[in-house]
Amino acid sequence: MQQEVLLALLAKEPSHGYQLRARLRDALGPLGDAMNDGQVYVTLARLEKAGQVVVERAAGMPDRPDRKMYALTATGQRRVSEWLTEVSWPKPDLAEFHLKLLAAAAAHLADPVAIVDAQRRELLRRLRDAQRAAMAEPRESDAALLLEGITLRLQADLRWLEACERSWTKRKTSPRGER
Amino acid sequence: MTETVTESMLRARGLGKEYGKGDSLVRAVDHVDLDVPAGETLAVMGPSGCGKSTLLHLLGGLDRPSAGELWLAGQRIDEMSERALAAVRRDAVGFVFQSFQLMDELTAVENVELPALLAGRAPRAARRRASELLDQIGLADRARHLPSQLSGGQRQRVAIARALANEPLIVLADEPTGNLDSEATLDVLELFESLHRAGQTLVIVTHDARIAATADRLISMRDGAFVDDTRLTGGTAGSLSALVGLDS
Repeated sequence: MQQEVLLALLAKEPSHGYQLRARLRDALGPLGDAMNDGQVYVTLARLEKAGQVVVERAAGMPDRPDRKMYALTATGQRRVSEWLTEVSWPKPDLAEFHLKLLAAAAAHLADPVAIVDAQRRELLRRLRDAQRAAMAEPRESDAALLLEGITLRLQADLRWLEACERSWTKRKTSPRGER
Repeated sequence: MTETVTESMLRARGLGKEYGKGDSLVRAVDHVDLDVPAGETLAVMGPSGCGKSTLLHLLGGLDRPSAGELWLAGQRIDEMSERALAAVRRDAVGFVFQSFQLMDELTAVENVELPALLAGRAPRAARRRASELLDQIGLADRARHLPSQLSGGQRQRVAIARALANEPLIVLADEPTGNLDSEATLDVLELFESLHRAGQTLVIVTHDARIAATADRLISMRDGAFVDDTRLTGGTAGSLSALVGLDS
């Protein structure tokens, strides 16, 4: 679990680990199912060590992890603020696939169009899974919004595969020669 | 020739459609074989001009093939008289078009009951069926609205209800989400899903990947021919978390 995410969840109010987990579940819907509860506690322990969260123990309660109340420190607070203004964005890794097609064609190892077809089948299966999951969520829920992001990205990738297919089909029928 | 035990709802052998002749000959559909089992949702995808709409028109008897043979539920339909074919189109096939094709001057419920009335059903029975269908698609409260008073997504759902009026053996849809935004597309996808669960046989021609992804099977078409035929069921369920960076 990304450290900044947990810090940001604590910015609203000090919380127990299980409360953080519940809020993540709500925000992620079915995508949160893969989330390991242990990850939350491991990350919280790291943040505590780094001085970004402090632990408040409820008096008279046995010292169990689920009894700990976590709160942001000033350092933690600062890190959240910085994170909110960051503009990083996950990079799609398209170059690898692009180079795969070029290499397959150059060495006559495989038909690029067949590679594109296989890739499209895989993406369509993912789109199908994402769409099924989206339909199972209430329309206006947080999880539905996240799933819409997935389906839109997959559609964009599928459109690119169409462009690849067009281009490689054309090259097959009218070879441009070696370059 | 030995027939297979499981009868296809739709079966085509060497189905072709040509336009023009000589140098300007276009093979819009180039001698394709197709079997659609009952209850299957089949998506046909391909670039525009690949022949997928022509194929759909042939399958639904809207257009005559220039070659090949075609059966619907075991009945040969490519050789039928115009009159018999019209009856098949009316009673056994439900059509859904990109531009909805509703009658503007009829209300939603009147549009939906129209095919049943044309098939000679009693008006009361036709109305009852139409009301049930509107209820199924969640538009019971819009029954007396004119198409112009409905959103695009609602119009397409009414058009789908109309396609179901005569309990067709097969529903054929041509770019059903082509004019819809993402929200309305989801409504239509859900409707197709529920038809699929109810055992309706569906053939959908589309370039919308979202529709293709809900199908059991996907055929890719290029230059009038099938170049890929894939089952989409099964596969990689459970990997969704990885797609949003949650797998680590």
